[in-house]
Amino acid sequence: MRNTLATRSLFELSKPGRRAAIFPKSDVPSRPLDELLPANQLATDLPTLPELAEPDVVRHFVNLSTLNMSVDTHFYPLGSCTMKYNPKRHERLCSLPGIVDLHPYQSENDIQGMLQILFELQESLAEISGLPAVSLQPAAGAQGELAALLVAAAYFRERGENRTKVIFPSSAHGTNPASAALAGFDCVQLKGTSSGLVDLDDLQAHLDDQTAVFMITNPNTLGLFEQDIAKISDMLHDAGGLVYVDGANMNAILGKTRPGDFGGDMMHYNVHKTFTGPHGAGGPGAGPIAVRDFLADYLPGPIVSRENDGAGEANYRLTTPAKSIGRVRSFFGNIGILLRGYCYLRTLGADGLREVSEDAVLNANYLKVLLKDVLPTPHGERCMHEFVASAQTLHKEHGISAMDIAKRLLDYGYHAPTVYFPLVVPEAMMIEPTETESKETLDAFVETLHKIANEDAAFLHDAPHSTAISRPDEVQAARKPVLRMTVET
Amino acid sequence: MLETVGVENVDDLFHQIPDALRLDRPLDLPPAMTEIELESHMHSLAAKNVGPGSRVCLLGGGAYDHFIPAVVDEITSRGEFYTAYTPYQAEASQGSLQAFFEFQSLICELTGMDVSNASLYEGGTAVSEAAFMAMRVTRRHGKIVVLGSLHPEYRSILDTYLTHLDCEVVVVETPQGTADLAAVEAALDDKTAALIVQQPNFFGSLEQAVELTELARKHGALSIVSCDPISLGLIKRPGDYGADIVVAEGQSLGIPLQYGGPFLGILACREAYMRKMPGRLIGRTTDRQGNPCYVLNLQAREQHIRREKATSNICTNQGLMALRATVYLTLLGKQGLREVAESSCRMAHYAAEQLTAIDGIELLFDRPFFKEFAIRYTGDINELIGKACDAGFDIGPTMSQFNLPGCDDSSQALLIAVTEKRTRTEIDQLAKALGG
Repeated sequence: MRNTLATRSLFELSKPGRRAAIFPKSDVPSRPLDELLPANQLATDLPTLPELAEPDVVRHFVNLSTLNMSVDTHFYPLGSCTMKYNPKRHERLCSLPGIVDLHPYQSENDIQGMLQILFELQESLAEISGLPAVSLQPAAGAQGELAALLVAAAYFRERGENRTKVIFPSSAHGTNPASAALAGFDCVQLKGTSSGLVDLDDLQAHLDDQTAVFMITNPNTLGLFEQDIAKISDMLHDAGGLVYVDGANMNAILGKTRPGDFGGDMMHYNVHKTFTGPHGAGGPGAGPIAVRDFLADYLPGPIVSRENDGAGEANYRLTTPAKSIGRVRSFFGNIGILLRGYCYLRTLGADGLREVSEDAVLNANYLKVLLKDVLPTPHGERCMHEFVASAQTLHKEHGISAMDIAKRLLDYGYHAPTVYFPLVVPEAMMIEPTETESKETLDAFVETLHKIANEDAAFLHDAPHSTAISRPDEVQAARKPVLRMTVET
Repeated sequence: MLETVGVENVDDLFHQIPDALRLDRPLDLPPAMTEIELESHMHSLAAKNVGPGSRVCLLGGGAYDHFIPAVVDEITSRGEFYTAYTPYQAEASQGSLQAFFEFQSLICELTGMDVSNASLYEGGTAVSEAAFMAMRVTRRHGKIVVLGSLHPEYRSILDTYLTHLDCEVVVVETPQGTADLAAVEAALDDKTAALIVQQPNFFGSLEQAVELTELARKHGALSIVSCDPISLGLIKRPGDYGADIVVAEGQSLGIPLQYGGPFLGILACREAYMRKMPGRLIGRTTDRQGNPCYVLNLQAREQHIRREKATSNICTNQGLMALRATVYLTLLGKQGLREVAESSCRMAHYAAEQLTAIDGIELLFDRPFFKEFAIRYTGDINELIGKACDAGFDIGPTMSQFNLPGCDDSSQALLIAVTEKRTRTEIDQLAKALGG
């Protein structure tokens, strides 16, 4: 239940003169500030930050937190986002002072432990992808896409090839075309097919000497493995192009197959998805990229390399590849998330990692089968780690939409699946249970969905009924945007 | 479960993957570890780093050792914040949505701007996003003018992001440590989309930000100011002198150094440019019962709706870091921010006095500075760093590790950053060690 007092806005809670953080009095000679700084640089007014006592700050934010659903509190089958359990052991280990308090400009000799971790992570990501060269720089998957596309552009530029097109299937994540446009490419979208897989004829028709990169998510956003991927890769390579694998769905194939083995030339990982960085209500992520040898020289740096000091001791150094595209962010990367990925890989090892994908795929197929009468999946007899069900029949026959179901699920204590994506499925519900959910949770979820399908449509249109708020008026929000509170309100 | 699915074993579920593409061996990864083993492993690796137990941090260059109140960690480690994702389902995400709305509000107060987004990756990409935004606003795509005193890594990112465009990045060199107004004016023209100024700049010095903003305006370019949020407790807010877009590295606002990330990209602007902004925006509206509530707003700018026409490719942002900054700024309040800024500034000036009293050490630039300054050493700079380390202090980074055009004088120079955590005793010890 909402604590309405504590969750009022910070400015309403503010009382002049209240303090939480107190700082030591300065013990250096106290000179007038305008002797230190030019008077015309000094602020005349202080920013109007709210003034609260520490207990009030804590109560405000703790009460706000209770208005969220999260993996720690609820089943969260948000397709494409891999909302698996985040092991708590990572938190203590990644908060060791010798790790969390390192400054990015400490000398390499003083951070050998950190560089060793990052080097080993590079090696592991190379092995899991089958692509030997890794840069840990990108801050998230979308930035990994951009970085890799700039790598491709630099590669073609050096070869004197003017390739301007990036091609992707209609089911691609929105970041694929957005990254391609940002990297200066023209975007070409393929037609959707009834099988949900890439249409080879359509692809062939678009391939020419202008084709730079084909971006593919495999398994794709319908949760289907692109079985023709080897052929697709050959087609691209024959046309002189490169294959980019969007690694958002790596949770399905760990230790089973590798992007490098099915023809991918470049890929990104979403460490926060596959390797359990906490999602933090929107981030941070980490989006390392892995590429083939012939692209390694173009990677964004710095990258960690290992040397031997002669006495048999490893010595870790930061290096920048010879023809690097340059930096894509400041400092090394989103270390906090990369370290959690490292801890996860060290916990699981090769067998554990393979079991992750096996259990994720089993859980998804189990749900898919048990839901087929109420929420059938139009594409594919079996799925990989997720599937896209359709509420089209329920919608046509009973007026119950995917949105209604999503909202009603919240009442029953389940986070909603991803809805209305990918666009190729009408009334889409993209369900990704992940491997960390038990059979009991999945059974209860199935039972709930059956129950909802038999509820009154009008009642469902008004769902959710038990959350902190009912459906928000998004039209009003967009028409007259209110994007900040002001001190007066 | 296998029976329900209708397969005999788990491997049958992977028949979609053609045999020829299946990995026929185990991955070659280090063996699995139990929690006890992992704990011991990570402790041994952490022990190979020189941490805060043995060195006092006076390192700067865009990442600073400010104090983080315990409440920040306590709040942000709440599982409900920590393990939620992008608040697409507003009804089940009001906690994060309201917190991000508060973040936007606090950033607006802090910078003096009208609108803030809900975060970008870090301070460097925020500069590039602002440059793209300025091109959209001005419809000028030919030129971006930056000062040589912009963080060299931020400039490098800008070069990376703009390589493929016919957009020239003109660097106005700053051999005196801050920009020469006439040189800046000479670089601006009617093709220029933006002038990018860092305040305080990479050397810690204060630019003539007011005059620079006026120059940009005069030529129809947007003024982009990259600032240190802590400095705004003491020096003028960019909004007060007419900046169009304010960006910042938000690490100083309660985010641990953790070897460079995750940090927090801040971007705020004038209301007129709201619909050209990159990244997520949280808006307030009402629900069906008329209760105030919060939603993701103006999503038509974003990649999941607009695809190749989106204002940015950003999807996952730095939500948890924005939450840290929100809690931090709330804990500090109006007075607390002032005290942190003033204390850092005073201690930095004390440090500069003590250090430049040493034979062979002088300020690289004779310019006003906030909490960070560059010194030049007449001897071997690495020897100076060594002396500091031996006495338990980290100073730097050295200027020579960066590409700093027009800054030929910097081979024996380094930065020193001082925060409110430092004490007079520490500074005196450092001065004694370097002078000895």
